[in-house]
Amino acid sequence: MDQSQRTKILAALEDQDTTVTITDPLENEMVLNMGPQHPATHGVLRLLVRLDGETVMAVVPELGYLHRGYEKIAENSTYHEFIPHTDRLDYLSPLSNNVAYVLAVEKLAGLVIPPRAQYIRVLVCEMARIASHLVAVGSMAMDVGALTALLWTFREREKLLDIYDVLCGARFTTSYARIGGLQQDWTAQCTTMLNTFLGEFEQDLQEVYRLLSTNRIFVDRCENVGYCSPDDLIAWGVTGPLLRAAGVPRDLRRDRPYLVYDQLDFDVVTLPESDALARFYVRMGEMRESAKILRQALDLLPEGPIFAEDSKRVLPSKERIYTKMEELIHDFMLINLGIDPPVGEVYAGIESSKGELGFYIISDGTGHPWRMKIRSPSMVNISAMPMMLRGAMISDVVAIIGSVDPVMGEADK
Amino acid sequence: MNDEMLGRITAAAGEEPVEVTEFRGDTTVVLSPSALLRVAECMRSELSFDLIIDVLGVDMYRPDKRYEVVYVLYSISRKAYLQLKIRIDEEHPEVPSVTSIWPGANWHEREVYDMFGITFTGHPDLRRLYMPEEFEYHPLRKDFPLMGVPDSLPLPRR
Repeated sequence: MDQSQRTKILAALEDQDTTVTITDPLENEMVLNMGPQHPATHGVLRLLVRLDGETVMAVVPELGYLHRGYEKIAENSTYHEFIPHTDRLDYLSPLSNNVAYVLAVEKLAGLVIPPRAQYIRVLVCEMARIASHLVAVGSMAMDVGALTALLWTFREREKLLDIYDVLCGARFTTSYARIGGLQQDWTAQCTTMLNTFLGEFEQDLQEVYRLLSTNRIFVDRCENVGYCSPDDLIAWGVTGPLLRAAGVPRDLRRDRPYLVYDQLDFDVVTLPESDALARFYVRMGEMRESAKILRQALDLLPEGPIFAEDSKRVLPSKERIYTKMEELIHDFMLINLGIDPPVGEVYAGIESSKGELGFYIISDGTGHPWRMKIRSPSMVNISAMPMMLRGAMISDVVAIIGSVDPVMGEADK
Repeated sequence: MNDEMLGRITAAAGEEPVEVTEFRGDTTVVLSPSALLRVAECMRSELSFDLIIDVLGVDMYRPDKRYEVVYVLYSISRKAYLQLKIRIDEEHPEVPSVTSIWPGANWHEREVYDMFGITFTGHPDLRRLYMPEEFEYHPLRKDFPLMGVPDSLPLPRR
């Protein structure tokens, strides 16, 4: 720029009548693609966000990046063969998925499970709920910027995974439940480890609670964020902690008790606010209630068999397979041809950590299900997410995703 | 399922036949597609089945009425489940959408459309849910092979 140009511009700027117009590229709405490879979307969730400045105008979630076709696989495998696949649905709480699936198959086959197995199933379901909620709370705190809480909750979760390891030999993909029973019996070592865990858990949870509930940044970022009215949540079929954080006390453990939940004393935690902070408090409360259930179930745990008595449907013990001819034949037939439940169709759902996890099984009388539908709570919760996100700020999007706690393995099936 | 509920459902269905089946404590009401919307509206407003749990398609793979669509409903006040089922032909796999009654049926119906190719008339946003939009097949139909169709999904070139 030479001297004459500069003088000209300076003269124009000093002149009060000259107006300078700048076209603002952001004054229009823009579409932001968030995910599927985004650290705060908890896996491969993809959101198409329409923004006006920093305000979210509309959101369209896109699924399918983790679709593995489990329903097709189920139609082509026997009922036993599908159990390991249920681990990979909600991979944060594999034990309760195993139990949900075998409960549906047992309802179809009409099997009655001995009380010890039922109590052990309650134990593993509640352990899974605590393990899952710990991740939900920790990662939600991490999404809004508090990394310490994640480390503390994962430290607690680690203790539970150690119990899984002793119980069934796997920390993550447990495949613990069997049709009509369980893979292994609950041992005294598990009781000791769980008692140790429960002894420290209240206090450790209280530490996390104090760290977050009195943290100005965490509370400010979560309070009044992601509101959705209870009527809208019900209309969209949302279940689980999200619905309870909106003041609707729906909990299948109490409303339609399965296993032995009707013999246990626990409260259904509800809060009226229906925002991200309320969802955090509900999850914290549910972990305390789960710890309460675990203590009662440990006290009440009866002695006895862990397998139902139906040699045509239930796998025999390994010891008997190797020593008895009849059990060897049964094992061969059950593994190769399946359990042959009667013709019919059933739906069975449990209250998993994300909401209602259900299996709808249609049997044609053979060893393979004719059709098996997985009712995944995460998918339904994600479908309600646009309502929570509308009108929020772009920085709140991660807080809301964290409060919904979607697991894509389950949402995509 | 008590008589009062059955009475209301048959009244809402009008002339159309209603068949009730029970298995292991689960009640299923089989309807004809034309009665679906009337019965669904009655279920939600009169019988307080306010939560739609699931909508699933079934391929029965038979010459007559090949497909079925099942609606799993739950009532928070009654604490009860109920299934509605409709059977449809292979030639015109069309069902009226219940999204106007339960908005939550939106994604479930998209999934059924994706997996079975059943179209839901009146659906606000009938796109595939899991598979890519340009995919030509409907994977959960019984005539779709387990291993998939070769070259049906374009893969990125090296």
